[in-house]
Amino acid sequence: MASSDILLSVRDLRIAFHGVEAVRGVSFDVRPREVLALVGESGAGKSLTARALLGMAPRGATVNGEIRLDGSPDLAAARGRRISLVPQDALSALSPVHPVGDQLAAAVRSVHRVSRREARARAVAALDRVGIPDAARRARAHPHEYSGGMRQRAVIAMATLNEPDLVVADEPTTALDAERREQVLRVLSEQREAVGAALLLVTHDLDVVRDHADRVLVMYAGRTSELGPTHTVLGQPRAPYTAGLLASLPQDGPRRRRLPTLPGTPPAPGELPPGCAFAPRCPLATDHCRSEEPETRELDGRLVACHHPDRIPDDTATLFEEEQPA
Amino acid sequence: MTHLLDVRDLVVHYGTVTAVDGVSLTLEPGETLALDGPSGCGKSTTALAVLQLRRPDAGEVRFEGVELTSLTERELRPLRPRMQPVFQDPYGSLNPRHRIRDAVAEPLKVQGRWTEADGPTRVAELLDRVGLAPSYGARRPHELSGGQCQRAGIARALASDPRLLVLDEPVSALDPSVRAGVLNLLADLQDDLGLGYLFICHDRAVVRHFADRVVEMRDGRLVT
Repeated sequence: MASSDILLSVRDLRIAFHGVEAVRGVSFDVRPREVLALVGESGAGKSLTARALLGMAPRGATVNGEIRLDGSPDLAAARGRRISLVPQDALSALSPVHPVGDQLAAAVRSVHRVSRREARARAVAALDRVGIPDAARRARAHPHEYSGGMRQRAVIAMATLNEPDLVVADEPTTALDAERREQVLRVLSEQREAVGAALLLVTHDLDVVRDHADRVLVMYAGRTSELGPTHTVLGQPRAPYTAGLLASLPQDGPRRRRLPTLPGTPPAPGELPPGCAFAPRCPLATDHCRSEEPETRELDGRLVACHHPDRIPDDTATLFEEEQPA
Repeated sequence: MTHLLDVRDLVVHYGTVTAVDGVSLTLEPGETLALDGPSGCGKSTTALAVLQLRRPDAGEVRFEGVELTSLTERELRPLRPRMQPVFQDPYGSLNPRHRIRDAVAEPLKVQGRWTEADGPTRVAELLDRVGLAPSYGARRPHELSGGQCQRAGIARALASDPRLLVLDEPVSALDPSVRAGVLNLLADLQDDLGLGYLFICHDRAVVRHFADRVVEMRDGRLVT
């Protein structure tokens, strides 16, 4: 029972460049059909982690740790078939010189031994499913003839047309405006559900996480800060870093010109402070935090890496209220 | 009464497409007017036309009482420093080969306000004003985070002593945690300097907290 509950397991994943670790021992599972969000600021290592699952870590990166799909460590055959990617930048993910339909058909034929005609029909059907109007004609058009939202939907069609078990979406909506963001996320979740795939959603948008993810992994400086069900982690964060991310979102309620902020910036890999990497930015940091990096432990239904999770106030935003300028 | 900015019946065509179709708006010193709407609705074209970086095909743009659309480039030149843009992509709007201090110094040099004695001090003040330590002046854009880079872009805009900032999605490319800091900086600068902000943004939650007034655009027109 235990193993069939887990589609993908990642244990102690470490990704280093020239001996400097950018991802420093991350462990998590992805369950069948669930949506797991990977959040954190730029440089937290979330995209690197996602790319490593696809065997797409950048050149020069050393990847260590264990990645298993259905218990098997051999992912080479699964990549591109059972695991697919929805990239951030659809325009550069598509070839500019080939019609969109041809590119989808090529993806079909890379996995299935079917005729060109059949591959083409599947490509058009996939474009139709993601709401590309007049898909048969649009399939003959090139990416530059598509709008930004249509291109993103076309790459979603490409990522789901071979019915993968896991779709990795790397900031799929960052470049889009609010209206298109909703549309693309709706299409992504429809297609994901239709093929029964799980989704690993890399994003820095906590509103997207709240609306779309079953569970969330908050990363900071290449490590797990907090991991658990979305409503648990975002509803009552136990890591001050999660609380800080939440506090810096514009809130409902009365208008206020100045927002609470997370002071400072994340440390660069190789320039980590001693102890907890978040300590220099943390209003709760003690000498203990500055000397010893916390291990992840279980607390209130989630994993959290913090020495003082019990000191977080119920109204977490108050932690990061700035002192009024004199 | 003279407005800081008074735009009337602005029209911009791109070929046969009417990107901006009769937009009118006003902005006062110290005020933030948000321009909201979906991609392609004409927000950014409106911004370019206000700045006279894309000359409008019809309509008037009055800036501090001076009608800009009828002016020649030469006549516009002394007015341009007073209306400055800040763009969405902080890396794309700075020359990747220039150090940050040179990028901030450039407007001073172009406008003939640079002296070897005072210039470097002025640049250091500007960097400090936007919350960048002096050491960042020696760095190039790729050595800065997105938020730091956007602060450098704001410092360069401030170098011209502007009255109006046209902010085209200035925080859309930033992490939420960084976004709040840049918005707070913009709020401080407005309070201290009385700047008028034409603030293009499609994030409703940000607009609601940051803007004094909001107008929404759709298909080149203001929605009322």
